Amino acid sequence: MIEAVGLSKHYGKTVAVDDLSFTVRSGRVTGFLGPNGAGKSTTMRMILGLDAPTAGTVRIDGKRYRELHQPLRTVGALLDAKWVHPNRSARAHLHWLARSNKISTSRVDEVLEIVGLTGVANRRAGGFSLGMSQRLGIAAALLGDPQVLLFDEPVNGLDPEGILWIRRFMHRLADEGRTVFVSSHLLSEMALTAQELVVIGRGKLIAQCSTDEFVAQATESTVTVRSPQADLLGSALRDQGGAVRAENGHLVVSGVDITEIGELAAAKGIVLHELSPQRGSLEEAFIQLTGDSVEYHAAVGDQTAAAASGADLMTAGK
Amino acid sequence: MTLLAVERIKLFTTRSPMWCTLAALAVTIGFAALIAAVDTENLPTIASTQFGYSFGLVVIMVMAALAITTEYRFGTIRATFQAVPNRSAVLLAKTGVVAAFAAVIGLVAAFGSVGIAKLIESRADLGINSAFEWRATAGVSLVFAVAAVIAVAVGILVRHSAGAVSLVLIYSQLVESLVTLIPNVGDDIQRWMPFYVANKFLTGDPDLTNRPIAEGPPPSLSTLSPWWALAYFAGFALVLLVIALFTANKRDA
Repeated sequence: MIEAVGLSKHYGKTVAVDDLSFTVRSGRVTGFLGPNGAGKSTTMRMILGLDAPTAGTVRIDGKRYRELHQPLRTVGALLDAKWVHPNRSARAHLHWLARSNKISTSRVDEVLEIVGLTGVANRRAGGFSLGMSQRLGIAAALLGDPQVLLFDEPVNGLDPEGILWIRRFMHRLADEGRTVFVSSHLLSEMALTAQELVVIGRGKLIAQCSTDEFVAQATESTVTVRSPQADLLGSALRDQGGAVRAENGHLVVSGVDITEIGELAAAKGIVLHELSPQRGSLEEAFIQLTGDSVEYHAAVGDQTAAAASGADLMTAGK
Repeated sequence: MTLLAVERIKLFTTRSPMWCTLAALAVTIGFAALIAAVDTENLPTIASTQFGYSFGLVVIMVMAALAITTEYRFGTIRATFQAVPNRSAVLLAKTGVVAAFAAVIGLVAAFGSVGIAKLIESRADLGINSAFEWRATAGVSLVFAVAAVIAVAVGILVRHSAGAVSLVLIYSQLVESLVTLIPNVGDDIQRWMPFYVANKFLTGDPDLTNRPIAEGPPPSLSTLSPWWALAYFAGFALVLLVIALFTANKRDA
């Protein structure tokens, strides 16, 4: 279990992490979600005792990282796959790490096997592709067979095969009863990987809940209806208490169940060409929730994105 | 012990230490060979065989500075602190391993220099008997070790390879010599500069006045006795190391 209480990190006047409190429970994958620059990496470095918090504490199973004896046996982490000397072989890299925590050399070969790097174990790590580096980083994290695992943006820059592999791997680790804390700036990725979410923006906690809850909360469902008698159907739906908006020749309805819409149309003898449920996209929901807390706005792209998501979500909410 | 083993693995699983070793041995022993071969008027002495030690010293300090700065450059220092959160222990182990390695290179360089001179001029009397002769040869090993500690400490403080290497080189090769250009006090200041004092340990008292300057490293005018000179040099290294460890513990990795 990881427990952060009032965690803050200031760099001069810049506040990277601001009074952040959250709990990561064991036996499940918890996603650490936030836009780029939200303070995810800084928080992870503070968990590992690499950066000292300006205020607050973070404990792993009740202990500060620096108090852990042979920490690799308690916490495994992959913060940056490039933290390897390029001229050192994969095996040598794992060898010194293992030795530092009195982990047997046979375990080095075991983890190389687990991540599928046995064949290239004696090659220079500097010649590895990003996917291979990432696997080496995961091998290092697994060395001490730890109960707690931290991964910072593990799928960034990977090809689809690599992404799938990492995703399955996280689930396997959680199924083995371990605590997995994985950060990402992609909600869609987290929706597939994580059961729980800790969402931050500009260093502040936005939400901590299950992924399903977060998605349901963030995206309200609407129904798209196409009909040659749209005006008639529209007023009938408004009478039922629904919110109706005309858009590109179809109606976007919210507040009325999809079954009710169909039955209402049948009762009134209205012809329907389309009746389909819509869920707001996760990305839109994420932008809506963290929109105020994105650190670096791209002027043009941001305006259009905000306008698009704002329009959709506002009508959906009526 | 574990940490020493870890740092030993780290040092010998990259290439630069090996290249630096070869370079250090080549310049010191090469210089001894050159002097023995070129100076046909005088037979080589123990002192003259050690003329090139300061060139080897430069390479050793580059090696020592790189041993720590590459860790910062490639982020392995974070992996290290993650594996062993006790930063002082880790950095002390690294300093110890690098210093011990430098000492071994110093030993090989010094006796290798004597050996090659003997090979070239077999008539030379190169027996190591007096305290001075022991210091001039085996002492190189101690000076290399202390210099390595200084370079590691500077590396911890500066973190960037280029910065640390330039600082160490410019200081030891230029600042200590150029300080004499300061009017009136320049010479007095130089007598207390660490590398200049370290030279006193090697070139020592007895031979200072009665030997030709060409027969060994430039003599040192430090007023300290040879062993106090070494203690002074080591004390300087220790102070730098303590500052470096304190800094490394305080700042974010």
